Amino acid sequence: MIIIEPSVRELMIEDAVNTFPDECCGFLFGREETDGTRIVLDILVVDNSKEGDKTRRFEISPLDYMTAEQHALDHDWTLLGVYHSHPNHPAIPSEHDRKAAQPYFSYVIVSVLNNEIITLRSWLLNEEQQFEEEKIADYQFT
Amino acid sequence: MATVIIPTPLRKFTNNTARLEVGAGTIHDTVQELTLNFPDLKKHLLDEGGNIRSYVNIFVGNDDIRNLQQERTAVGKDAVISIVPAIAGGSPDAEPGAAASAPHGFSKEELARYNRHIIIPGFGMESQQKLKAAKVLVIGSGGLGSPVLLYLAAAGIGTIGIVDFDVVDDSNLQRQVLFGVDEIGKPKVEAARRRLEALNPYIRLNIYNTHLNSQNALDIMKDYDVIADGTDNFPTRYLVNDAAVLLGKTNVYASIFQFEGQVSVFNYPDEQGNRGPNYRDLYPTPPPPGLVPSCAEGGVLGVLPGIIGSLQALEVIKVITRVGDTLSGRFYIFDALNFESRTFNIRSREDNPINGKNPSITGLIDYEQFCGMRAVEEKPLKEVTAKELYDWQVRGEKFQLIDVREPHEFDIVNIGAELIPLATVAANAEKIDRDRKVVVHCKMGGRSAKAIRELEEKFGFTNLYNLKGGILAYIDEVQPELTKY
Repeated sequence: MIIIEPSVRELMIEDAVNTFPDECCGFLFGREETDGTRIVLDILVVDNSKEGDKTRRFEISPLDYMTAEQHALDHDWTLLGVYHSHPNHPAIPSEHDRKAAQPYFSYVIVSVLNNEIITLRSWLLNEEQQFEEEKIADYQFT
Repeated sequence: MATVIIPTPLRKFTNNTARLEVGAGTIHDTVQELTLNFPDLKKHLLDEGGNIRSYVNIFVGNDDIRNLQQERTAVGKDAVISIVPAIAGGSPDAEPGAAASAPHGFSKEELARYNRHIIIPGFGMESQQKLKAAKVLVIGSGGLGSPVLLYLAAAGIGTIGIVDFDVVDDSNLQRQVLFGVDEIGKPKVEAARRRLEALNPYIRLNIYNTHLNSQNALDIMKDYDVIADGTDNFPTRYLVNDAAVLLGKTNVYASIFQFEGQVSVFNYPDEQGNRGPNYRDLYPTPPPPGLVPSCAEGGVLGVLPGIIGSLQALEVIKVITRVGDTLSGRFYIFDALNFESRTFNIRSREDNPINGKNPSITGLIDYEQFCGMRAVEEKPLKEVTAKELYDWQVRGEKFQLIDVREPHEFDIVNIGAELIPLATVAANAEKIDRDRKVVVHCKMGGRSAKAIRELEEKFGFTNLYNLKGGILAYIDEVQPELTKY
């Protein structure tokens, strides 16, 4: 399970909407409980460094990655994963996502449809290098 | 000794160590040393040929070794080497609803998905293309809507609209197979979208979390080719029928009650463009109020909407593809108790008030008045915000505070309320005061609303207030020092 602080969730959605129709991307920071529950306390928005069509692809530069690792160290957080948006596509990982995915990381996908309808889902790679959904704890409903 | 910084995702292969000391030499030597000491790292760093994987970047200081001497780059004794995974991804290539580059309009993935349709003689690519181009509006995502939506989404209807105002209730799960326990309390259209997105990412889903009524029906329905009516009440059924006739849309109708189901296709144009009969040709006027109970009152066997909804989905597909003979002009009845099916012929009536010889209805009317009943029975709950509740507490106003969460939640955090978990509310009704205000709360307001409805319906309480946003809102607005969960 992954818990995303409501204010952090808002930041992610804001980034996704502001970047629409391009894909946005960034890092997730927080801590991991002993039972494996992840709590996202902050994000770091970074540039989509993909050259060419950013509406369908994202890429994070290695220097931004190193900054993120340092950022986690400075705040005594764990780098929990990456978020990115799928403009006009569901929040389901694509084959591009799977091929480039790292073990351990939570991949939060923000689906933005027509710049207004937002869905968030999180995914984790399993041992077979396939994505499994990681439940996002729901703050919206009982 | 040089230092290697291991990225977070790979630390589980290095006993959770972030920084490792290695001997000097070249990057090649460093990688050899790492994979020797931590064999699990190997497949993440090196490909089958023993070369550094394309998506692994290695930096010495701030320089990519690709810009230095690659694997031969020297590693000084004070060097800091960073292993940096490439982070990238993107959306799937097939754009839902838009034609892919191939002439048939399908991506490779879609062709694989729809293969068993495409190979049916007499159906083929042409029918699959019609499904992809079609826009179907499903009204009601409950018992009938669940199988209809699941099969239409799976079949590759290009655009599906879903209208429902309701939230998922535990009494729905016996037949509404779109939903699971995790969705209880959530809007049905939201839960349906999640499920259908996971089922078929190559289609477009539009959701309308609203009551369909005379004010919005034409606007919502006008953009669709076919309507599938899975509503559970007469006012909405006449509304959908009349709006479909006025807009010239085919209405695939189904309904269920206890052990019996009905299916038909209304207002369907034949090859010459002549429209078939509609619901008012079958039933010009609704039954007297109270004569026919709804599923909520009369019950329904859970598998029945599965059968009838599947037949409804079948007719939607036949209407779109024009494969086979639809139920236009016919009315099908299935009796689950004796396993009998009957099909009656129905004909257009000259006195049909909406499209007969002298139509008296030229626009949508008040269907609740027409049927003498409400489409939806519920009235709004009385609510109190966290701030108002705090004001009551400060002013010393007399009220009782009830918490309907579970004991383990109460143990995490509580605001001094009396604990009566939702499932035990009816059994403990006598503990709830009638002579002063009673505020009921849960985590976010869903369960407490349910508790209030139950207490009002079964015991006639009139003094119950729902805490808006539940204990989480109270913590946010009044006592931020309390634990949130």
